Amino acid sequence: MSALTALVAILISGDGGVGDASRGASLYVARCGACHSLGENGAGPSHQKLWGRKAATQPGFDYSAALRASKIVWNEKTLDRWLTNPNELVPGNKMMVQLASDPIDRADLIAFLRRETR
Amino acid sequence: MSPVLARRSLIKTATLSAAAVGFLGGTKLAFAGSPTEGDLAILNVALGLEHEAIAAYQIGAESGLLKGGTLDVAVLFQSHHKGHRDAQIGAIKKLGGKPVEAKTADEYKKSTKLNVASIKTAEDVLRLAQKLELGAVNAYIGVMPNFADRSLSTVASKLLADEVMHYTALTQALNEALPKNTLSFGG
Repeated sequence: MSALTALVAILISGDGGVGDASRGASLYVARCGACHSLGENGAGPSHQKLWGRKAATQPGFDYSAALRASKIVWNEKTLDRWLTNPNELVPGNKMMVQLASDPIDRADLIAFLRRETR
Repeated sequence: MSPVLARRSLIKTATLSAAAVGFLGGTKLAFAGSPTEGDLAILNVALGLEHEAIAAYQIGAESGLLKGGTLDVAVLFQSHHKGHRDAQIGAIKKLGGKPVEAKTADEYKKSTKLNVASIKTAEDVLRLAQKLELGAVNAYIGVMPNFADRSLSTVASKLLADEVMHYTALTQALNEALPKNTLSFGG
């Protein structure tokens, strides 16, 4: 693996704290904020204490059977795959939206979630 | 070049991401239930957002912080959201679904998302409205490809255009710059 490819892999994965959490905060409000917050369940579940949490375990939210059965734990890699295409990672889940096709955006969103929800 | 553009340029030079390939290929999500159930799920989420926007504008209008033309525009925008609500309720019922109901005014006032307690000025009201409108714009863009009934995409596009109009007017009222980049909404 070349140095450039390795750097790209890090950027895409959001691994190692490369993402810009401050920019991720703005993206979170703009892209996720209609349905999610760090405080309470809305159309989507709250992201309070998301980092390291098993998927579909936020109290009080009605998750899909597919996500409840997924055994996913939220971290850099799983969040990157989820944000890329939630239905590819967990077919049949309820999140009918894709708003982070750009790897930089995903890295920044993930950096924000790591900072705010661990 | 901004840091974000520099990082993006690096990635574009090195690889076309799987996500980008998916985008170019028109990736479509699949709902676990029937196509109609998927459409109903999307419509009910959108309806919930419209209920919330109506409540937020009501809170703003009753705050006493908005005056004159600003208050008139807020009431106008709220009326647009009421029209969206009614259109969505009609579509949901037509598909045989049950429209999600609005929360109580107290529930909206206690919502940490709306954070009504922090509103002290007219600018705070406008910023909340701007935030909600932008969230709605992006939510509509995000779900647009996933309607099984393509006629619903047409309806959603009209609603989306209203939300963009609201966001733009609010951004200018706040004396903020409009987006510099093209294709600045959605993800």
